[in-house]
Amino acid sequence: MASILAVDDSASMRQMVAFTLKGAGYTVVDAVDGIDALNKAKTQKFDCVVTDVNMPNMDGITLIKELRALPNYKFVPMLMLTTESGMDKKQQGKAAGATGWIVKPFNPDQLLKTIKKVLG
Amino acid sequence: MSIDMAQFHQVFFEESFEGLDIMESGLLNLDMGDVDSEVINTIFRAAHSIKGGSGTFGFTAVSDFTHVMETLLDEMRDGRRQITQAAVDVLLGSVDCLREMLSAIQDENDIDEVSVAEHKKALEIELNGASGKDNSPATPVESPETVVIKEMESATESGWKISFCPHADLLKTGNDPVRMFRELSELGDLEVIVDLHGVPALFELDPEECHLSWTLILKGNVKREEIDDIFDWVEGECDLSIQELNLGEALVNMQQTEPSSLVEQTTPSDSLITENQENPELKKNIPTSSKPVQAKEKKSKGAASTSIRVDTGKIDTLINMVGELVITQSMLSLVGEHFSPDKIDHLKNGLVQLERHTRELQESVMNIRMLPISFVFSRFPRLVHDLSTKLDKKIELKLVGEHTEVDKTVVELISDPLVHLVRNSLDHGIEMPADRIAAGKPEVGLITLEAYHRGGNIVIEVKDDGKGLNKDFLRNKAIEKGLLDPDAVLTDKQCYELIFMAGFSTAEKVTDVSGRGVGMDVVRRNIQSLGGNIEITSHLGVGSTISINLPLTLAILDGQSIAVGDETFIVPLGSIIESIKINDNMVNRVAGKGETFRLRDEYLPIVRMHHVFNVKSAKATKLTEGLLVVVDGQGVRCGLFVDDLLGQQQVVIKSLEANYRRVEGVSSATILGDGSVALILDIPGLVRLSNQ
Repeated sequence: MASILAVDDSASMRQMVAFTLKGAGYTVVDAVDGIDALNKAKTQKFDCVVTDVNMPNMDGITLIKELRALPNYKFVPMLMLTTESGMDKKQQGKAAGATGWIVKPFNPDQLLKTIKKVLG
Repeated sequence: MSIDMAQFHQVFFEESFEGLDIMESGLLNLDMGDVDSEVINTIFRAAHSIKGGSGTFGFTAVSDFTHVMETLLDEMRDGRRQITQAAVDVLLGSVDCLREMLSAIQDENDIDEVSVAEHKKALEIELNGASGKDNSPATPVESPETVVIKEMESATESGWKISFCPHADLLKTGNDPVRMFRELSELGDLEVIVDLHGVPALFELDPEECHLSWTLILKGNVKREEIDDIFDWVEGECDLSIQELNLGEALVNMQQTEPSSLVEQTTPSDSLITENQENPELKKNIPTSSKPVQAKEKKSKGAASTSIRVDTGKIDTLINMVGELVITQSMLSLVGEHFSPDKIDHLKNGLVQLERHTRELQESVMNIRMLPISFVFSRFPRLVHDLSTKLDKKIELKLVGEHTEVDKTVVELISDPLVHLVRNSLDHGIEMPADRIAAGKPEVGLITLEAYHRGGNIVIEVKDDGKGLNKDFLRNKAIEKGLLDPDAVLTDKQCYELIFMAGFSTAEKVTDVSGRGVGMDVVRRNIQSLGGNIEITSHLGVGSTISINLPLTLAILDGQSIAVGDETFIVPLGSIIESIKINDNMVNRVAGKGETFRLRDEYLPIVRMHHVFNVKSAKATKLTEGLLVVVDGQGVRCGLFVDDLLGQQQVVIKSLEANYRRVEGVSSATILGDGSVALILDIPGLVRLSNQ
C-alpha cells in the first residue's frame, strides 16, 4: 500500500490525519514541521505528501518547493491542508509545486476521498 | 468510513490552551514601536491552528470566532494594519474569551453567547474601523453542508464539451491528466479525443513535460461544479474551456427525465438513479458525522486536571532505569538458581545494584510529577499588565528561575496564593509614578517573581521595590482593630506578621484589586496546608520581599523514625530542631498546664508520646530515661518525649484521610520496610492534642 508523509504542527490534526489514513490501509509517517518532513522525505521515498501550510521553522509551501527540487519527488503528489479559502495561498502553493489542496475544516471522509483521487 | 473524532479532542484542547498561552504572552511582549514580525507570526499561527482544529473537530463557534481574530492578525502580519495598544487589548480580551469557550466546550457547559458576541463585535469594530483597507467583514467558513446544497441546485445539464490544453509544466506539480480523466469518467460517459499536434520531434522531446492536449466529451447529468472541482487544482496551468452540450436538448431532457437522445451510447438510467441517491446520502453524511463527536465528548470531561504532560527525556530515563532493573533482576535470579555459599559476593553485589536502581527508579518516577514553575509564573505577565493599566501604575515584572521544578500538586495549589501576593505588591507595594519620582526612584516599579531550590525545599519569592511595610502603621492598625494588645512589644518580624491576621486590611479604601482583608490569612493557611511557610522582610521606602518555602514534593517526606515502645512514628525531618537528654532540674511542672522544660531560656511544653497515643509498651516513662525531640511545626515548638531515635529515611506518604479518617496529631501514614504502618506526626496538631 502507498506510503504517505503527513506534516502538521498541530498534534490533534496530525493524529487525525494519520489515524484516518492508517485506517484506510496506508503507511503513514508524520512530521511536526517542514524541516522534520524534509529530513524524513530524504531517508524514505513517500508516494504522497500531505502538509499543513502554516508551520513554524519551515512552512508547507517552502517544504513543497524544497521537495520538488529533489529528484525523487519530481512527480509525487503533494497536497496542502489549508484554511486559507482565498486564492493567494493556493497560488503560492501551486507556484511552489503543490498538486492540490484540501480546505480545512475537512472530515476524514473528505480527506480519504482526496487521497484516493491522487493515489488512484 | 466512520472515525470517532472525539478521540482527538483531548489533544486538541491541550494544544489549543497552549496556543492561547503563546498568543497571550506574544501579545504582552509586543513592543508597539518596534514590532517583531516573528512574534506576530507566532501569534497568527496559534490562532490559525485553533481555527483549523476547531473547524475540523466540529466546534464551529470557536472556528468562527478565531476566524475574525485571524483576519485581524493576518492584516497586522502583512503590515496592512498598524498595531495599536487598543487592538492588542481587544485581542487579549478575545484570547480570554476563547479560553472560556474552549473550557466550556471541554466541560460540556454552554458557551457564554453574550460574552462571545461582545468580543466578536469588538474585534469586528477593530477590524473595520481603524486602518485596515480591506473592510470586508469576516465571512464564516463555508460549511460543507451549504456547498452540497448549492451543488444540488444546479444539477441540471446533460453534457459538457471540455477542451483541455495543459501547459508544459503541469506534470511537475504532481498532477496527472489520466487521473483527472478517470475522475471525469466516474461522473458520466466520457469520450476522450487526444490532440497530438504539440508533440515535438523525438530528439526535442522532454519526457517530463506535457505536450498533449485533449477534447473531452462528457455526457450525463453532470453538474458544472463537479467538473470545476476536478480541474480546480490545475487552474492556471492549462487552457481550459468548458461548454455545455446543446442546452436546448438538455432542457427537454430535464422535463422528460430521460437521458439525452443526442447521446449515442445512451447513459444507462440506473446511473442517474445512483447519482440521485448519492446526493442525499452525502448531504446526510455531514451532519451525522458531527453528531457522534458531540456525544462522545463526555468521555474527555475532567481529564485535564488529572493528566500531566511529561518531558519525553524523563520518560526515556525511566525506561532506561527499568531496563537496568530487569538486568539486575535476571542477574539475581541467575545467582539464586545454583546458589552456593561462595556466591555470596555475587548476591551482595546484586542487592547493592538493586537498591541503587530502585532508588534511581523512585527518583525518576517522582520526577515525572515535577513541572517547571513557569506553569504558574506564565499567568503573571498578563495579570501585571492588566492591573497596572487599571491602577495607572508603571510596573515591570521580572521572572527568575522559571525552570525550577516543583510537584504538580504544588503547581496547582500555589497559583492562587501567589496571585494574591502579586496583587498586593501591585496595589499596596508599588507607589504611583509621581510618588516614585518624588522619592528618587525610577518611575517604573519592579516586581520580581523568583523561584529556586534550597535544600529539600523550593523557595518562591515575590519582591517589589515599592514603599515597604510601615511597622508603626501596621501596629496602630492592629491595635485599632482590636487584634493586638496596645502594650504588646513586637519584634520587626512579628510586626510584619500582623498582616497575616484574619480581619487585617491595610488599604484605606477597599479596591477591587485587593484590600478586603480576607486574603493574607487565607494565603498563609493555604501555604501551610502544603507543608510550607511564608515570611516577610521589608524595608521602609525600599521594598518588601515575601518568601514562600515549600517542600519539593508532597508524595515523599524525609522523616526521622522514633520509637515509643513497640510503635514507630515518623517526625518530618524539617521540623526537628534538636534532640536532647534532659535532667530533672530542666523540668518544670505547671499546675493545670502540664510539664515544660527549659531550653536556653525558653520554656517549651513536653508532649509525652506514650500518653498521647496511649502506648502501653513504652520503655521510658521517666523523663530522664528517654529522649526529648525538640520540634517546630508552623511556629509551635515543643519537646516530644520518646524512647529512642531510630533512623532517618525517606517515606512515601499515604493519606490517612483517604484510607481511614482524619486523626488529630497525625498528618498521614507510611509503610515501613518490614511492612508495618507508621504514623507521620503533625506537630501543631500534636501540641493541641496534648493540651487537651
